[in-house]
Amino acid sequence: MSDKTTPPVLELANVTKTYQVKQGLFSAPRPLHALGGVSLRIHKKDVLGLVGESGCGKSTLAKVLLGLEVPTSGKVLVDGKEITPRERKLQARRIQPIFQDPYSSLNPRKSIEDIIALPLVAHRIGDAASRAGSVRRMLDLVGLPQRVLKGYPNQLSGGQRQRVAIARALVMNPEIVICDEPTSALDVSVQSQILNLLGDLREELGLTYLFISHNLAVVEHLATRVAVMYLGRVVEEAPAAELFAGPRHPYTQALLESVLTPDPNLSVPDTHLGASYPNPIAPPPGCHFHPRCAQVRDICKTTPPPHVAGPQGHVDCHLHAAPAR
Amino acid sequence: MTTEPILKVENLTIDVPMAQGTLHAVRGIDFELRRGETLCIVGESGSGKSLTSLALMGLLPKKMRCKAAGLDFSGIDLQRQTPKAMRALRGDRMAMIFQEPMTSLNPAYTIGDQLMEALLLHRPVSKAEARARAIELLGKVGITAAESRLGQYPHQLSGGLRQRVMIAMALMCEPELIIADEPTTALDVTIQAQILRLLADLQREMNMAMILVTHDLGVVARIADKVVVMYAGEVVENGSAREIFENPRHPYTRGLLRCIPVPGKTKPGEHLGSIPGIVPSLIGKVEGCAFRSRCEVAEDACSSPVPVRRPGTDHAYRCIHDIPEGASA
Ligand SMILES: Nc1ncnc2c1ncn2[C@@H]1O[C@H](COP(=O)(O)OP(=O)(O)O)[C@@H](O)[C@H]1O
Ligand SMILES: Nc1ncnc2c1ncn2[C@@H]1O[C@H](COP(=O)(O)OP(=O)(O)O)[C@@H](O)[C@H]1O
Ligand code: SF4
Ligand code: SF4
Ligand SMILES: [Mg+2]
Ligand SMILES: [Mg+2]
Repeated sequence: MSDKTTPPVLELANVTKTYQVKQGLFSAPRPLHALGGVSLRIHKKDVLGLVGESGCGKSTLAKVLLGLEVPTSGKVLVDGKEITPRERKLQARRIQPIFQDPYSSLNPRKSIEDIIALPLVAHRIGDAASRAGSVRRMLDLVGLPQRVLKGYPNQLSGGQRQRVAIARALVMNPEIVICDEPTSALDVSVQSQILNLLGDLREELGLTYLFISHNLAVVEHLATRVAVMYLGRVVEEAPAAELFAGPRHPYTQALLESVLTPDPNLSVPDTHLGASYPNPIAPPPGCHFHPRCAQVRDICKTTPPPHVAGPQGHVDCHLHAAPAR
Repeated sequence: MTTEPILKVENLTIDVPMAQGTLHAVRGIDFELRRGETLCIVGESGSGKSLTSLALMGLLPKKMRCKAAGLDFSGIDLQRQTPKAMRALRGDRMAMIFQEPMTSLNPAYTIGDQLMEALLLHRPVSKAEARARAIELLGKVGITAAESRLGQYPHQLSGGLRQRVMIAMALMCEPELIIADEPTTALDVTIQAQILRLLADLQREMNMAMILVTHDLGVVARIADKVVVMYAGEVVENGSAREIFENPRHPYTRGLLRCIPVPGKTKPGEHLGSIPGIVPSLIGKVEGCAFRSRCEVAEDACSSPVPVRRPGTDHAYRCIHDIPEGASA
């Protein structure tokens, strides 16, 4: 899986993204740190699962990787080389997105053929004939019949639309695909088809995924590594099997406790999570998670947690002051 | 259990007139529920779960046609109630919680006003008593500093808090029946677990009957006493939660259960089960088993009326095959 001798295909080095937001009509804008210094490495053919509550910064991170947002500070590296703003077009070719909502992410007035060919047209790749050939190959690849080519999104089911979105992402021959909640809007019987397809495509094409999902069972199924975000920071990152077998950060533990496996002998778990998600404009001092943490100590209320890195991953928490992993 | 059911639904059908013909959205479903029980209605989108809940509450859009051989709530024939009588029942003896709390909360009024109104509408109490009850219930649904919340407006609260307020509002009059339609679908998993636990606790404490509508099998397994599995407007299988999860019979139920990855059971990365094809159109005449276009064991006989089979007293499914326990469909 992760080959440590080659540089990661994708790396975020201490990336921050700050938005200026106004809370009221007359108040001055205040900074919202959507990403508060994120460092992540994704190796070839890895599936990095990214989890955390809504508002923690997952989509912002995806947009930075896609070049759709410029980081406030920090670096994005592809194959160990920093991507400058001038090279964003190159970045866009190698990194393609699949978004959550197959209904709103496809232009309703464009035919399926035009939708899938659009990235090629935008990047001036090939001529009409070669583009048509690529589109037809993509349909086969994602399991759509050729007859949908001249049709429109509203003639397709949710699952078929998501296949179109996948075809559009893959037509550029990307190395990395950013999947932001790709199956959240789909019924379970359709979700499983799309997950199987994503798994097959990774094998066939040697793809690398960043896979954002709120469904931890799905992440456990697909991911090779998992990063857990809380309020703009990655608080734990580890190989998937290790993280699910032994979550170290109290927030990761609470997230895993919230997973409702279909076992009729169990009841709804107590997540030991107190208060609700904090206001990102005024995050709690010390460890941002401390008001909800079941294992909070005095030091957590005043002092930011240490970044405890080991060979396999990291955890940001006062409980883990010495590296073990 | 020997007590009388508080809710009896017999052969409920809901037709929706459409430009292209009649949509047979709900096609003859039956179930019943006792006090203190939680029934989950589970099925994919469009299977008729929400229309069924709305029909029970008398909230179906006017253009829809609803009929039933029996629609009995606590001895009251719901089909024969005037709109005024239904309004009196709603929010009092039966209450509903929706997926998006903003559909039921009025953005122009404070939380306190809306909670108090829910009680003042149905009970001869003073404003002070209503206020005290509002504070009590906000506390019950786990909202801290309840008193200071009364003056807040819905948009000032997070999604999770709003859903708690909705639950408090539904419980103001201590209803006998509560219907929750996808109450946690829009929430984070952590908040989902908290809200479901809260609902389960309150349901037990108040000895209510609860119908929880969801598409999430994990939610069903953890909270249901009884389960109704719907497909294309029909109940294809129903039974105790244990029977449905440990001994499912209907090919659709079995198919669904194979589609979801189960930590500790599904091998990471291996192919998940899937159900090929899509749900058929329910516009116009619908005959036989609606699942047959997607069913691996379908036969010619599936296009004729399909018998109901009862493998146990608390378990029934609708299929031409007598499907043995545990055998894969
Ligand atoms: N364009 C924007 N302007 C201001 N704030 C934003 C913008 N985009 C995102 N945010 C804020 O940044 C935080 C992270 O958002 P997002 O990355 O969308 O989270 P997630 O995808 O994990 O739900 C949230 O508090 C959100 O409100
Ligand atoms: N207001 C409406 N007008 C027309 N058709 C509707 C309306 N509401 C629901 N339907 C149709 O009725 C069927 C059942 O819908 P619903 O009960 O909402 O399903 P579920 O809650 O299981 O997703 C679907 O085919 C849906 O498209
Ligand atoms: S640093 Fe302290 S408050 Fe934060 S997660 Fe660790 S124990 Fe909890
Ligand atoms: S009745 Fe026929 S189509 Fe329906 S579930 Fe049984 S075998 Fe399948
Ligand atoms: Mg997002
Ligand atoms: Mg619904």
